[in-house]
Amino acid sequence: MMQSIILPVLIPLVAGFLMLFARAGGLPLQRALNLLTTITLVVISVGLLMHAADGSYGVYTLGNWAAPFGIVLVLDRLSAMMVLLTMLLALGALWYAISTDIDRKGAHFHVLFQFQLLGLNGAFMTGDVFNLFVFFEILLIASYGLLLHGGGRERTKAGLHYVVINLIGSTLFLFAVGALYGALGTLNIADMAAKVAVAPEERHGLIAAAGLLLLIVFGVKAAMFPLYLWLPAAYSQTSAPVAAFFAIMTKVGIYAIIRVHGTVFGEAQNALTSLAAPWLLIAGIVTMILAALGVMSARNMRVQIAYLVLASIGTLLIALGLNSREALSGALYYLIHSTVVAAGLFLLADLIARGRGRVGDRFHPGPPMPGAILLGSVMFFAAVAVAGMPPLSGFIGKTMILHAALEGPLTAVVYGVMLGSGFIIIVALARSGSMLFYRTIDSQEMEGDPVNKRALVAVLGLLAISPLMVLFAHPLGQFTEAMATQLFETTGYINAVLTTPTVGGAE
Amino acid sequence: MELLISLIVGVLTATGVYLTLRARTFPVVIGLTLLSYAVNIFLFAMGRLTIGMPAIIDPTAAGYADPLPQALVLTAIVIAFGMTAFVIVLALKAKGELGNDHVDGIERGKDEIVDQPQYKQEKEEAAQ
Repeated sequence: MMQSIILPVLIPLVAGFLMLFARAGGLPLQRALNLLTTITLVVISVGLLMHAADGSYGVYTLGNWAAPFGIVLVLDRLSAMMVLLTMLLALGALWYAISTDIDRKGAHFHVLFQFQLLGLNGAFMTGDVFNLFVFFEILLIASYGLLLHGGGRERTKAGLHYVVINLIGSTLFLFAVGALYGALGTLNIADMAAKVAVAPEERHGLIAAAGLLLLIVFGVKAAMFPLYLWLPAAYSQTSAPVAAFFAIMTKVGIYAIIRVHGTVFGEAQNALTSLAAPWLLIAGIVTMILAALGVMSARNMRVQIAYLVLASIGTLLIALGLNSREALSGALYYLIHSTVVAAGLFLLADLIARGRGRVGDRFHPGPPMPGAILLGSVMFFAAVAVAGMPPLSGFIGKTMILHAALEGPLTAVVYGVMLGSGFIIIVALARSGSMLFYRTIDSQEMEGDPVNKRALVAVLGLLAISPLMVLFAHPLGQFTEAMATQLFETTGYINAVLTTPTVGGAE
Repeated sequence: MELLISLIVGVLTATGVYLTLRARTFPVVIGLTLLSYAVNIFLFAMGRLTIGMPAIIDPTAAGYADPLPQALVLTAIVIAFGMTAFVIVLALKAKGELGNDHVDGIERGKDEIVDQPQYKQEKEEAAQ
């Protein structure tokens, strides 16, 4: 029994409470504690990834109750990778928040930050659908607080929409979980997969309805068409480090679709096999088109980036909809890329807005910016990465997905939409880059703040992952391939979870 | 009993959906609460409806009441309670900051204020 599996859940929980008490010691103490905790968690998640890299499953039975009667945490390649990605993103966002003093603007930034990590890590590791719901609620309530951090009219308005749609999502989640429990008599993902495979025919309709209801819930989280309307406002109105951190939040939805729909409906050899895939493909295509139009019509940089996040979700949904090992491998590669680049862009947009003074990040001619060449180069680099142009990682990810699309359904449509929207995004980004950096009004004085060098480290650190992903494209590609293979071999997952003995128990 | 429970779930859900689609934050909050009531009863019914059965397996009893949905409902109630409290505070904050309780925080339209006596009077005066 590997005890360290529970650490990514346990440490943020304890640290969150400690941080609450550390308020008496002032902000520096909270900052130091938070940085220390986050770095520790990065190290632990690297260790967990190395443990999971050989394809073994780590199963942790909470309270020593054997599955399917108790709740299990399951560590496999995908969950280990998602936890590491979350922690890297958290480190970048936290560093930026500390260096720009954004954490000073509200009372409990560091506390909420740790609880957000608790929810995220828990959601990535749990092997139980109801437990997934609970972790979703934890990460959501922390995210409500973080989203509203700093206050302001527009932020409150966007926050209200975000909260209400997520509460409706939670209600639907419970309806779906209840219906699945009623039909299958279990909530453990592995056990559900085994039960779906042998479900009597008259239950198929109910199971399919509940499964698709779950897809709607995860679609709300992932901002899938037509459930994405909350995303542009919420992401563009919140503070930069929170928006960067939230780049992982939409990916939680994608992860949940891969985990729950991939496993529960992957094992079955009946009418329920891969029941979500056709819906995902269509939703992905429409999301992609609307996201490209949104990128084109955005009137400030943060809204534009929010739509770029949406475009990456569209790409991922298309890849999941193709429902092949190769497409899933490409999707996982693209998921890592799009998360870190989107986070880097949100932080960069904030630096640019600070440099332009009153004009902020609106696409409007502004005064010359201090450090324009440096920020402009970074922006160019990030734009190349996010648009999926060679030589950066977005290109490789998209190529992997497009290559897989050759074998899948609707090949022509997928190619047309992905390449067409990629082109629109390139044009829109070129336009916004020239508007932000070249179209300056005739003025000698610079209104904005000089570039915050410490904060820039966070931006560069996150964006540096993109060229690294190109340099190590071959081993990483092999790893995502192995991950996809593991995800398609649901039998291994089911056996690992259901045969794990309890400690000291009479097995 | 099945018919009664399913009617209750249906009516609560329908009312909840209707109220959630309202344009003011207060009905939206009430709607969300009704939806959470509906889902609680639904979850409860998913363990099959039984009367007078023990919650643990007892060889002398004819059957047992599934205890798991009851635990799920308990968790769902606690979470819904916390979320409702949060959304009420947020709605109050929005009302304070945006100046009205519209979910989009927009200004009041001319046609929306006729219900209130002082505006009604003003409007009548203006019409004369």
